[in-house]
Amino acid sequence: MEALGLLLYGFSVLLTWKTLALMLVGLVLGIFVGVLPGLGGPNGVAILLPLTFTMDPTSAIVMLSCIYWGALFGGAITSILFNIPGEAWSVATTFDGYPMAQQGRAAEALTAAFTSSFIGSLVAVLLITFLAPGIASFALQFGPPEFFAVYLLTFCSFVGLGREAKHKTLISMALGLLLSGVGMDTVSGQLRMTFGSADLLRGVNFLVAVIGLFGISEILLTMEERLALRGHSARISLRVVWKVWRELPRYWATLLRSSIIGCWLGITPGGAIAASFMGYNLAKRFSKDKESFGKGRIEGVFAPETAAHASGTSALLPMLALGIPGSGTAAILLGGLMVWGLNPGPLLFVEHKEFVWGLIASMYLGNVVGLVLVLSTVPLFAAVLRVPFAAIAPMIVVSCAIGAYAIQNAVFDIWLMVGFGVVGYVFKKIDIPLAPLTLALVLGNRAEDAFRLSMIGSAGDLRVFWSNGLVGSVTTLALVLLFWPLLSRVFERMRATPA
Amino acid sequence: MQAEQSARVISARRHAAADQPAEQAAERRAGARRSAPQGVPRAAFGLELCHSVLNRWPARLAAMLMATVLSGAALAWEPSKPVEIVVAAGAGGASDQMARMMQAAIQKNSLMKQPVVVSLKGAASGAEALMYMKSDPADAHRALIAYSLIYMLPLSAKIPFNWRELTPVSVVALDQLVLWVNAKQPYESVKAFADAARSSATPFKMGGTGSRREDHVLTAFLEKKTGARFAYLPYKSGGEAATQLVGDHIQANVNNPSENLEVWRAGQVRPLCVFDKERIAYKSAVTATQSWNDIPTCREQGVDVQYLMLRALFLPGKVGPDTTAFYVDLFHRVTQTAEYKDYMEKQALKPIYLTGNDMLKFLQDDEALNRDLMTEAGFVAK
Repeated sequence: MEALGLLLYGFSVLLTWKTLALMLVGLVLGIFVGVLPGLGGPNGVAILLPLTFTMDPTSAIVMLSCIYWGALFGGAITSILFNIPGEAWSVATTFDGYPMAQQGRAAEALTAAFTSSFIGSLVAVLLITFLAPGIASFALQFGPPEFFAVYLLTFCSFVGLGREAKHKTLISMALGLLLSGVGMDTVSGQLRMTFGSADLLRGVNFLVAVIGLFGISEILLTMEERLALRGHSARISLRVVWKVWRELPRYWATLLRSSIIGCWLGITPGGAIAASFMGYNLAKRFSKDKESFGKGRIEGVFAPETAAHASGTSALLPMLALGIPGSGTAAILLGGLMVWGLNPGPLLFVEHKEFVWGLIASMYLGNVVGLVLVLSTVPLFAAVLRVPFAAIAPMIVVSCAIGAYAIQNAVFDIWLMVGFGVVGYVFKKIDIPLAPLTLALVLGNRAEDAFRLSMIGSAGDLRVFWSNGLVGSVTTLALVLLFWPLLSRVFERMRATPA
Repeated sequence: MQAEQSARVISARRHAAADQPAEQAAERRAGARRSAPQGVPRAAFGLELCHSVLNRWPARLAAMLMATVLSGAALAWEPSKPVEIVVAAGAGGASDQMARMMQAAIQKNSLMKQPVVVSLKGAASGAEALMYMKSDPADAHRALIAYSLIYMLPLSAKIPFNWRELTPVSVVALDQLVLWVNAKQPYESVKAFADAARSSATPFKMGGTGSRREDHVLTAFLEKKTGARFAYLPYKSGGEAATQLVGDHIQANVNNPSENLEVWRAGQVRPLCVFDKERIAYKSAVTATQSWNDIPTCREQGVDVQYLMLRALFLPGKVGPDTTAFYVDLFHRVTQTAEYKDYMEKQALKPIYLTGNDMLKFLQDDEALNRDLMTEAGFVAK
């Protein structure tokens, strides 16, 4: 129980009025930057980072991590209210969160998102507290074949478990894979599909695409349907919170499943992004009422948010132990920690105990304080939807444009965003799902690199994907999920025959 | 010569600082100093300032005049908004760590009034940062931490870039490269390692950052000098290559000291040799038993491959001489801070300080050297 003693020590460092005040300030600032669509977590945290330079190390780290938690909480707000995910892992939250907001249940969706984020992070922090040293060595087992297997699993689960027509999922995914290939190819060091343009050199930025595909296309659709002059009715009462919490125990299986998926993918270096998608898909798979997903089902908010935050939190572990950040925001946080001499590495947990346990203790406190704080803001944010769409749409478009520009300071990205807005609009019209495209855009490149590195290492032998227990079981699971619809039909027939 | 020059600039700046209230007042009256038209001679502009001050604060006139006469620098360029340090690599890499050190050194020692922001532009193997520096040649509020990519990317990937399109500020360090193996492997010397690689049925896997870059070039030359064959695996960052080595997914890597420092201290990797003509100078213990100085050079071990990577600062191409002077002074003062010295020793960087013509000469020679290496390795795109 050394961990418990160290954790208590961590708390003793934190429980002063000054630290608690800093925690609150950090959370408020974090939520603020998380909410501004486009400014988003990474940019916001980068701007706020220098604030901590004049503080003592412990305060600085508490402040930094609270900005991080705040940004994570804030990211869900824009996904639900405006269909604009701020980070890769908020994408799946839009699937049911946005329809809920459209039905005037924004407060419910927000409460569900915040509560499940809290549960996800709590499970992950418990995991970090008690299993930290062992998990680092688990992450080390991932070489190129293992990485590829995990990415393959994500893709396959999408095709196999998706509700949409398979060929449409594949079309969308293929387009995403194609777009993820634009820019510099790491393995050959050559440029691909840039057509001599300096703007395409950077590749297609994921967030730019997402802002266009989800945010802009939604506005186009709404405009076509007629500019509603009235806002949505949004009941703004804290009683909603109790209502959602009473429903919570019914979804214990979803919450548990998503937490496990989140933690597992979070400690897989670079796997955090896939977690929310997998959490969502599996919840849908195991649900008795598959059809209601994507139409504003509260479970469709619980599942991805729990998984996203479990993975976002447990992703801090490989970041601290191995120096591989799981997201843009985590990367900035890593930079901030380095300023304080907290160089990620295996010795961090040994040599900087007080830092690390202070950070872990601040995860507990920051999450509790953060939850209370964001829940109290639910009425405020839900009220935003009362503003008539005609008034708020231009503001959304402008902040989308600013956001797309701010990611890389490139005017080109604004045009790219508009282009993706049109693509998103057309796809929605002809009923092609957007999620596979976004998933392929963010993971395609990595999957390709992992595959090619595996092939270089094994001299072209595909058996490398079954070369040990870990990679073999993940690859097999991926293939089973891919052919799940066929397999389940075969099972049914087998069951039917003897009867 | 260089030291003298910057010492002069420093004293001038101190003087300016002593007279801050007057300066700020003048700023309010005449607009920000940087709004001075580039073509107007500095003295004339100073006079104009004095005039505007004259109307309002006659009592301050003497002080203002003193400042103006004693030093042109009092009216020299200064940032009017946060300064961006552009990193041409991902989070946690060697360039990022250097940027963070500079950010902290500047802010903790109050070397500049405006804050410093680090922006990571590592997409397209760092080409994103190079294009970003070119995109606004007159922006005086961004500085690039450059390394060998400024020579190699244009050759290997035909990126339309030449370092002559930027304004060189100073070379602040040289980074070493070291051959590392997993500590569980038996090899204690380059020779033993090379012998094992030569006799292995499947080629040894060598990890590195990027394709057709310094790590790849070194691998190619190791092959040439030892006769061993390696399968080179290009990763996105040195940190990734370090983790992969610890996880035993590759047999060796050629990381910078900073990239493998933590795993070396944890006893998970072993350095075999450093690619320089002399050993690293730092003699204080890094691990329980070894210091940087204990790592032999590859040449000592009979494998004569050498490579040093520059760490230099550049500004966009069309900034004024005042701006350049400001940054030369700023980064020179950074090199005087405790943070910088501590950083250099901890990351085992080789000290160097070059600016002005010395730097130009260095860049030209270094570029020629890199081009030769790339050509010989066959990595130049046709």
